[in-house]
Amino acid sequence: MTEARASLLRVRALSVSYPGPQGPLRALSDVDLDLDEHECLGVIGESGCGKTQLLLALLGLCGSAARVTGSIRYRGEELLGAAPARLAALRGRRIAMVFQEPQSALNPYLRIGEQLAEGARHHLKLTRRAALGRAAELLELVQISAPAARLRLYPHELSGGMRQRVTIAMALMCEPEILLLDEPTTALDVTIQAQVLEVLRSIRARTGVATLFVSHDFGALATLASRLTVMYAGRAVEQGAIGELYAAPLHPYTSGLLRSLPRLDLPVPLRLAAIPGQPPDLAQLPAGCAFAPRCPLVHPACAERPALRMRQGDHQVACHCELPAARIGEAWS
Amino acid sequence: MLRFLLRRALSAVPTLLVIATLAFVLLHLTPGGPFDSERVLVPQIQHSIEARFHLDEPLWRQYLRYLGDLAHGDLGPSFQYRNTSVNELIAQGLPVDVAIGGTAMLIALLLGGSIGLLAATRVGGWRDRLPMGLAMLGISVPLFVTAPLLILVFAIRLQWLPAGDWVSGSWRHLLLPSVALALPYTAYIARIVRSAAIEALASPFIRAARAKGLPSLTIVLRHALRPTLMPLVSFLGPALAGVLTGSIVIEQVFGLPGIGRFFVTGALNRDYTLVTGITVLYGALIIAMNVLVDLCYGWLDPRVRARQ
Repeated sequence: MTEARASLLRVRALSVSYPGPQGPLRALSDVDLDLDEHECLGVIGESGCGKTQLLLALLGLCGSAARVTGSIRYRGEELLGAAPARLAALRGRRIAMVFQEPQSALNPYLRIGEQLAEGARHHLKLTRRAALGRAAELLELVQISAPAARLRLYPHELSGGMRQRVTIAMALMCEPEILLLDEPTTALDVTIQAQVLEVLRSIRARTGVATLFVSHDFGALATLASRLTVMYAGRAVEQGAIGELYAAPLHPYTSGLLRSLPRLDLPVPLRLAAIPGQPPDLAQLPAGCAFAPRCPLVHPACAERPALRMRQGDHQVACHCELPAARIGEAWS
Repeated sequence: MLRFLLRRALSAVPTLLVIATLAFVLLHLTPGGPFDSERVLVPQIQHSIEARFHLDEPLWRQYLRYLGDLAHGDLGPSFQYRNTSVNELIAQGLPVDVAIGGTAMLIALLLGGSIGLLAATRVGGWRDRLPMGLAMLGISVPLFVTAPLLILVFAIRLQWLPAGDWVSGSWRHLLLPSVALALPYTAYIARIVRSAAIEALASPFIRAARAKGLPSLTIVLRHALRPTLMPLVSFLGPALAGVLTGSIVIEQVFGLPGIGRFFVTGALNRDYTLVTGITVLYGALIIAMNVLVDLCYGWLDPRVRARQ
């Protein structure tokens, strides 16, 4: 990874907050990330850590109540504060999103053919016929059989897995450069999850679409992502190559998360390991490290917020602790 | 579809029977009769009148006779309007109410619908609060206030339109009563459409549509309109049945020959057949409108269609 490469998407100090009764709710704080052409970047974190907010902010869809600051550059073009018409022209065309729950992301009143075709008709000025033809091709790409006939169906006539594949096809209609995946497998059965992940993997292999894959499932992320960002309470706390991060997590939170996964290669424990405590209230974030109240390695320096900094090679972590990964792991037991 | 209609038509029969029975019983239970008046009639005349209308028969025979006629679509002779059947009275009055009610509903739908949609896309702004405040006013102020006010302004002061009376086929006579009747319905519809549209626009599939980069107008019209229409349709069915059978206030204020007036004078005069007839007609209209509402649901929502 050289400095010469131009980022497809370059996010700096991105913050999103909403007005709340007890002061602003900080959904996202100072997030930096870079997405290169054809790359798949994973984002992991528990519910409410700001994963979905990150994706919505990238599309400018946080709503009028939200205060969004920082910088989002798409091929060098600043999107934050860009004209609404410019954002609308990019949405669905250059940057497309797959939502978490396919049953609510699809309009129950419209045939899926129409919903698939409308984006391409609007952005690519395709005729209805051509757009439906392309929709059928894409349904085939996401491994739906008899695609032409399915176009006439309504969302309620499809199974959950099929609906999610339809929304994936929908996101790909205009050949976007960036695909945002918001927990695309969370609402699905385990076997269907595997199918959908396989569809996503083969699409990435064929189209090379750069992907930002948000999930709380390490396994799902490992099948697609090459790099990973770990989020906690609206902040990126660790970033690095996925293999390195899994093998040697440097943030106590990442370490604790990985430790909480059931392992097939070890005897089944009586209880799964868990990180004690709760994530902080986003309206009353502590001044220092947000993870400190739950951290086994907490020490006085944690009262000051740690910045994300390089530790080993490309591996970044936001923690004052200088211990090696093995020692951090030991702290949990 | 045909089976659905047939099933609904069959299930309407017992409902109508109950309506007719209740109307018949309640009317005969009320004290007084159609030919009671201060002037005491000679017993022979009293008898001959009662015999002519079968009022001398036991009540159960009158009831069966009435049901028999009803089954043939005959609502019987009016007790008050000499030599006129209830069918004829309804045939005279109904077109007036249909013309005024239909026009009123059309105005209310177009005006209320667009106000509601506009307000929903600007929640909290003055284009939301002003029309919603006016709508509250429109719902609260009764017809017997607004209708004379309209007459005062447009018929008496400005002299643009006639103050009342009915000339079949004349839009100038139609306009004022229709507008008066439309006012409260416009207000209701604006409020219903506004809240339904706000709810529809907050649904996740609208956010998904925005993520596709579609223009706002497309999102509102293609994605949000149908779910917005659902609660409106359920309001419109009974409301339409209501306006079609006439508004007594509007008919009185504008001096219109609709059936709303027959209904009230009939009740006062114990005109048994007239009141029962109009009640049955109203019941049948409500049932028909509900079927129409269900058909509309099916047309709007494919999930409902699948169940029908």
